[in-house]
Amino acid sequence: MRTGPPAIHVYTHGYVNTHKYVNDLLTLPCDGLMTSGGRGDGFPMSVMEAVHAVEAEGLVKMFGQKRAVDGVSLGVPAGTIFGLLGPNGAGKTTTLRMLLGIIDPDAGTRRLLGNPNPLEVAAMVGYLPEERGLYPAMKVQAAIAFMGALRGLPLAEGRRRAAAMLAERGFADWADKPIRTLSKGMAQTVQLLGTLIHDPRLIVLDEPFSGLDAINQEKLEAMIRAEAANGKTIIFSTHVIAHAERLCEGIAIIAEGKVAFAGAVDAARDRLAPIVRLRTRVEDGPWRAALPPEARWTGREWQFPLPDGGPEPFLRGLIDNGAGIETLSIERPGLHDAFVAIAGNAAAQAMGKGAPA
Amino acid sequence: MTRGRPEEKDGSRRRLGKLAAAFVIGRRDYCATVLSRSFLLFLLGPLFPVLLGVLFGGIGAGIASDAERSAVTVIAAPADFARLTAARGELAVLPAAGRLPDLVRAEPGSDPARLLGSASPSRAILADPFGTPRLTGPVAPDDALIGQLRLLLDRAAPAAGPLPQVALSRTGATEGTARNARELTARIGQTLLFILTIMLAGMLLSQLIEEKSNKVIEVLAAAVPVESIFIGKLFAMLCVSLTGIVVWSSVAIVTLVLLAPGAVAALPAPAVGWPLFALLAALYFAMSYLLIGAAFLGIGAQAASAREVQTLSMPVTMVQIGLFALASFAVEDPGGTGALAAAIFPLSSPLAMISRAALEPALWPHLVALAWQALWIALILKFAAAWFRRSVLSSGGARKRWWRRSKPSTA
Repeated sequence: MRTGPPAIHVYTHGYVNTHKYVNDLLTLPCDGLMTSGGRGDGFPMSVMEAVHAVEAEGLVKMFGQKRAVDGVSLGVPAGTIFGLLGPNGAGKTTTLRMLLGIIDPDAGTRRLLGNPNPLEVAAMVGYLPEERGLYPAMKVQAAIAFMGALRGLPLAEGRRRAAAMLAERGFADWADKPIRTLSKGMAQTVQLLGTLIHDPRLIVLDEPFSGLDAINQEKLEAMIRAEAANGKTIIFSTHVIAHAERLCEGIAIIAEGKVAFAGAVDAARDRLAPIVRLRTRVEDGPWRAALPPEARWTGREWQFPLPDGGPEPFLRGLIDNGAGIETLSIERPGLHDAFVAIAGNAAAQAMGKGAPA
Repeated sequence: MTRGRPEEKDGSRRRLGKLAAAFVIGRRDYCATVLSRSFLLFLLGPLFPVLLGVLFGGIGAGIASDAERSAVTVIAAPADFARLTAARGELAVLPAAGRLPDLVRAEPGSDPARLLGSASPSRAILADPFGTPRLTGPVAPDDALIGQLRLLLDRAAPAAGPLPQVALSRTGATEGTARNARELTARIGQTLLFILTIMLAGMLLSQLIEEKSNKVIEVLAAAVPVESIFIGKLFAMLCVSLTGIVVWSSVAIVTLVLLAPGAVAALPAPAVGWPLFALLAALYFAMSYLLIGAAFLGIGAQAASAREVQTLSMPVTMVQIGLFALASFAVEDPGGTGALAAAIFPLSSPLAMISRAALEPALWPHLVALAWQALWIALILKFAAAWFRRSVLSSGGARKRWWRRSKPSTA
């Protein structure tokens, strides 16, 4: 019952499954794939959506004179976990709010599940805002069911599912507690259940890990992986690089309202040459000429990026000149190093300071 | 082969329509309000004024007879009439004598019944004032008017003597008294509508404070259009108000029937008849509430805190009183420019039109007015939602104050 020629579906399907390189997807000749189905007129299924759950092109948002978001373009392949990475105030939340249709961009276009009007597909989207919001007087089960009702789930069905979700996690006794009696972590769990109750195809989480202890962070990671395994698309924003590194297939690094990098985590790391760490018996000698000029002495060892020609040329120089190699390691840079290289030191430090995480 | 709808594909649902979304929002608000403990106080509070109102019904009746002050036509020769008006002039300046009827002269030989029958504003006809005075009109034997006339006649009599008697020919209501009496119904209807609106619409000023302070607004705005949020909240509060009104009016009616069985029947019937008047009163209350409530909702949505809402509520109440003053033109002169302006200006239109329903039998102006008011409710809601989206939802980290020009952030 789907639109579009099957040949394209085979093609896109294969592509989505291999989604290793988000960059490649970003440069897909999308226009060529567009069929008449992609009108965004209440029939959100289109060939586009089979590729990208979320697309943004040149989004701009001004707050007063400040460009809070300054030309953000994104493409999030369906069925992947995608991270928006950046320091506080970089424009992550504003970007998400524009994608979800809470606010309208001053310039640029967006498509959520193939639809240019995000609220049209609200029934298929779940959103956990950065600042959690629940009615304090509502009871837990009613609050979860209400969030489902907002997304088109009948209230009775919502109450039934809420009870089941709570029971599944061992929280059955929460059902009749008013929200205001819950701890912050419990309230966050309730809000997350409310975000998922209508079984959304696209899940948007704004700073989902902040405010959670390590155990609950792990639970949340497991949940995100499980949803992705079920074919859901998950977008989350974070200023903690480790979460993005562990979870995401694709990331976008946002700094000062601009996308500094968009693509696979591997691709981000591949932007940096591996780091060579070298310790020698002798401190000085003619072998020093074999090191590349950017090599730094850290007090105990030499560090430098792996030169383009690979390790062999400088290894030969070291051995021939009797450097006496004690240890030598060639390490792939972490996402943090990549982040520093891409977003700049200032942004990286801002991330380090973080908000109350 | 039909097109695949998204909800058929993988169990996803169709999105909510705008009104369905408003219903979801409104249902929660209504339940949250009505099922709270403070709603009991809300229900009990106005019962005291209602009971007091019933007790002071007597005062209302006094005001009613005051409203019936009107002219008496005197069938007399010019010289006799001049003596009467001179006497009236003397007495009218005395304290507490200000309610003496106005006097109108008719040529001797006129038929009192004919004079009453024509559309004259006179309440009664006095014939042969200085011979055997006879009063014709819908006047009770113990009416203050008879005593006033006897005093007047005595004062104007050429020679001193005992207070002259005035014979009475009682008739049914005249055009003049019906008109005056309907004015009373118009005023009572208008005042009730105004008091209920001012009492109940104020709640809408603070309707979005909870959502904004708890950040629930993000959850709502991400799922449904802002217009749906506004519509839902507005109608939820209308239903809360109607719930209250049903309770209060039931209590008031039961009390009236128990304490003063004749009181309701004593109120003059409005021009459109009681059943239609009751229907129009309900409709105009809803319209008045929705119009003023939509404006309040829009204004209150801009306020950042409960404190700001409190500050706003005083000027907003003053504006409402201004609307009431404008609408009272409609009672005084239903065909005048002031009445027309009050009926056209959307916020005062329901108040003006309910008094029209009491005074004029024509129905088509009500259909026009209801359509006009509904249009304005939609316009105000649309504007309020757009304003909210632009100024509140779009503000960055630090919230912009709506009355201040946005400054570039220095952070």
